[in-house]
Amino acid sequence: MIPALFVLAYLGIVLYIGIFAFRRSSGQSEDFFLAGRSLGPWVFLLSLFGSHMTAFAILGSSGHAFNFGIVTYGLMASSSALVVPLCLLFLGTRLWSVGKRFGLITPVQIFRDRWECGHIGTLIFFLQAALLVPYIIIGVMGGGTTLSVISGGFIPFWLGGLIVALVVMSYVFFGGMRGTAWVNTFQTVLFLCFGAIAVTLISQGMGGFTAVTERLLNNPNTASLLTREKFSLTTFLGYTFNPLSAIAFPHIAIFCLTARKVTQFKRTVIFYPICLLLIWLPCVYLGVAANQATDIPAIEAKLEAKAATGRPVPGDDVMLQLLGRYAPVWVAGLLGAGIMAAVMASDSQILALSTMFTEDIFAFYGGKDKFGEKAQIATGRLFVVLVTAFAYFTALNAKVAIFDLAVQYAFAGYAAMAPLFVAALCWRGSTKWGALASTLFIAASTIALYLLPRGFTIAGFAPVVPMTLISAALVWGVSLLTPKPSATTINRYFPESSV
Amino acid sequence: MKPALVVLTIAVVYILHQDWWNWTAAHPLAFGFLPIGLWYHALYTIAAAFLMVALVRWCWPTGLERDE
Repeated sequence: MIPALFVLAYLGIVLYIGIFAFRRSSGQSEDFFLAGRSLGPWVFLLSLFGSHMTAFAILGSSGHAFNFGIVTYGLMASSSALVVPLCLLFLGTRLWSVGKRFGLITPVQIFRDRWECGHIGTLIFFLQAALLVPYIIIGVMGGGTTLSVISGGFIPFWLGGLIVALVVMSYVFFGGMRGTAWVNTFQTVLFLCFGAIAVTLISQGMGGFTAVTERLLNNPNTASLLTREKFSLTTFLGYTFNPLSAIAFPHIAIFCLTARKVTQFKRTVIFYPICLLLIWLPCVYLGVAANQATDIPAIEAKLEAKAATGRPVPGDDVMLQLLGRYAPVWVAGLLGAGIMAAVMASDSQILALSTMFTEDIFAFYGGKDKFGEKAQIATGRLFVVLVTAFAYFTALNAKVAIFDLAVQYAFAGYAAMAPLFVAALCWRGSTKWGALASTLFIAASTIALYLLPRGFTIAGFAPVVPMTLISAALVWGVSLLTPKPSATTINRYFPESSV
Repeated sequence: MKPALVVLTIAVVYILHQDWWNWTAAHPLAFGFLPIGLWYHALYTIAAAFLMVALVRWCWPTGLERDE
């Protein structure tokens, strides 16, 4: 129970940070939704990274590694180390530039302005919103799991999820983007500091790194977890498409607009891979090592179930089980708070959804002109409450593992949206009709994903591969055949090659 | 830096992610405990950071500073 008290104290601190940020706010919508485009270089790096790393990165990765071994790191972390910084460098900087130049706050606003469209933008809003909700649910599920396991079951899953949902909702409600960015910075520092301590302490508790690896290698049931022989090369290749989702995630795209200067992207682009390494390597190693933690009853039960069925078992809590067993109580508390830090990245997603609703729907359809800027912010806050409540009640009934939920819907859908950003920001010839064709295809294929059996592949590739390629082909092909936006608009977006 | 060279460099680094030669091997163990497949990708992550240093140095999108 003592580690849970640490986590609750931590939740109190982040709540205070949110309220402190509220006192600094100017009351204007750009200040609430984008922190007045004023984030400095380190806050920008750490908060953007923190908002990208979620329960998926901490609990989902160790759970996946528990079942599938070291392949987890290559599947998501090292591929992201290449693809995500490239997206930030070549697309994020351009998002920042057009956002700053034209006073735009959301990706849909940029699409509407760039392609001179209205309702197509609304369609893109609905698709982005629908794809973001599973990701928010992941955060609530992770919060519930963390508090439940770390308190030894004293705090049930439903109450843990409720506490986390309320805390996140409160500091997003009051602090807006500034509160979210500060909390994310604090959270990222916390986890980066304690990740290495966690892996060291837990491994020492299990007899040391070398002993753990030797035991895994000597056990025929676990030796394959230290190789990738049970995973196909095509699947591994296909996963490199998933990180393309980063730039299309609304919370990441909107975060790109918060930097004070475009040069602040330099530090983020360079240090992003290092931050990934510091978080993912300990999580994956500990997830694999958990297969030797037979002295923990909950893990022993999982291993028996895995051996009996030959199928993956729910493993989102293995990291927390290791923590509770092998780390000293005070360290477990601090590390639990660190894990909670990553789990609570749903804050920026909730804020992004709220920002999109108030800007892309409320303001676009006349609400801001009719009711004023204060009403717009109030609408944003009301939306924060509604989204959090919806995510909480859905999380209570979600049966899918965190990793699967993220990969199946959010990653595939957003990765397929990446070509829209490339077309809008880098290609003069793109049109709203190309964007519409791509958006309709992504919506249809995401619904198909929901209906098809889990693990469905095409020629050995995960659905994200054909979805992304077809989406790109549609933007390109349909744009070639349809009329372009006006020359004035094109020249505004591509002044260096004006005609 | 010429665009073709940039694309080629990124493509080579992307291909290096598919380390099929380490696929079924756990040995050698880096530092006595880290399987080669995991060690390779940890190093790959660091290499990606160095690639970003080079890209920021030589491929920084020009003209965007005007909006600062």
